[in-house]
Amino acid sequence: MTGYTQSLDLACGVLLVTAVVIVWRRRLTAIIRTFAVQGTALAAIAGILAVHARDARLGVVAGGLLALRAVALPWLLRRALASSGSRPSEQETRPQVNVTASLLAVAALTLVAYAVSRPLAALDPSPASEAIPVGIAVTLAGFFVLVTRRRAVSQLAGFLLMDNGITATGLLTTASTGLLIEAGVSLDVLLAVVVLRVLADRMRDAFGGTDLDDLRELRD
Amino acid sequence: MTRLGIAGGIIQLVVVTGCAPLLTGVTRQVRARLEGRAGQGIGQPWRDLRKLLRKEPVTPAGTSELFRIAPLVLLATTAVAAAVAPFVTTASAIGPAADLFAVVALLALGTATLALAAIDTGTAFGGMGASREITIMALAEPTLLVAIFALSVRAGSTNLAAIVTATVHNPAQVVSPAGVLAAAALALVTIAETGRLPVDNPATHLELTMVHEAMILEYAGPDLALIELASSMRLAVFLGLLATLFAPWGIATTAAPLALAAGTAVFAAKVGLLGATLAAGEVFTAKLRLFRVPELLAGSFLLALLAVAASHFLGAA
Repeated sequence: MTGYTQSLDLACGVLLVTAVVIVWRRRLTAIIRTFAVQGTALAAIAGILAVHARDARLGVVAGGLLALRAVALPWLLRRALASSGSRPSEQETRPQVNVTASLLAVAALTLVAYAVSRPLAALDPSPASEAIPVGIAVTLAGFFVLVTRRRAVSQLAGFLLMDNGITATGLLTTASTGLLIEAGVSLDVLLAVVVLRVLADRMRDAFGGTDLDDLRELRD
Repeated sequence: MTRLGIAGGIIQLVVVTGCAPLLTGVTRQVRARLEGRAGQGIGQPWRDLRKLLRKEPVTPAGTSELFRIAPLVLLATTAVAAAVAPFVTTASAIGPAADLFAVVALLALGTATLALAAIDTGTAFGGMGASREITIMALAEPTLLVAIFALSVRAGSTNLAAIVTATVHNPAQVVSPAGVLAAAALALVTIAETGRLPVDNPATHLELTMVHEAMILEYAGPDLALIELASSMRLAVFLGLLATLFAPWGIATTAAPLALAAGTAVFAAKVGLLGATLAAGEVFTAKLRLFRVPELLAGSFLLALLAVAASHFLGAA
């Protein structure tokens, strides 16, 4: 095992563990803190690949990921949470599926991710492609969080988790996506977060809470 | 059965039995100091054991033989686990018994017998304690198995001695994702299995919150002494497993007296340090609600499962 393989594996391990922690924790403040760690791990993956491939563009992508995922997005989420007031009911995720079942579901999703990505890894066996299951597992876990949470901010967390997984999968499969595409996707995510935050604020003004179940009924 | 294994087995049995109450004393002392109390000294558990052993044996009316043999089974299974696991040397006294499944089964057998004895008393608290203990055990045992199994994938054997030998020869394995995940899972299981905070409060005497203490409520005298000793030894065995699987440095690989002495000293130091860390962590944690405990254990099971998965898909390269 070389230092490259080991550091890449370690960064992927951190990515996976932070995804589990996000499913596990109830407090949104803790979830946002975990996001910063996950963003750092994602940037580390890009950085490690950049150093390995001696690719300056990938290095720029790593820097951008660090700024966006580890600093900007957690900051925006924290702002969204702060504006929702200090009521404890707004600070918790209130999942639709209880936490134990969620964790077991994520365990199953990880195995699914491993099963479906084996052919991908077999195409070009390298340390990076061996780690593709991690990216897909994080994507699936993010999707799971997205569909099982009630509050707008916690759904946002699921969306970002899914996006982190997609970015990780992208980095691990093709180390040479164009800089422009990468920047476009990242700005898209930033825009989505800003839009969702505005939407959450509007919902709170209109209904006093962001419980999406309340939105099922039509009103005048 | 080698000389190294036999020497290790005897040393481990003596050291674990002799020092386990001291380990309990150390954890209590650390906790007392951090809470601003003077503490009772690390020798207090031994003094308690001596006091209990001198008392006359009393058993509640209406209990069966099971109640009387349970402390012996608990102590015997823990002692065998302490003797065969590779703590001081990389060889084991009884090779086949150092298998991952055998050691976990031995430790589970002790707990299950004690739970049966608690039901045997027929009291409300005994039954409640047994029910809670089995709930926790049913979730913790699979995690324990899966976490150690993740480590055995690399060693190619489920024998603990083989796993430890492989780690000694290739120390870089420990910092791989599989190693880190398995360590986290095993640490959580250790807390659950030895009844420490946040799963169970070892110092509680409030019936509604206790798990382990509720099971042994009816024991007195020498029987209680055996159970207390066995509980201390369980803590030492679990912390020892954690230390030997993830930080096997200093373990004796030859039967030279110096190597054995060094192995013993390092083992005692590692377990003492882990115990002190555990106690220091407990000061800052509150007991979880009982219904939140499965959440914690499901989380640790997931970590263990991810460790196995990671050792397959990341370790293959």
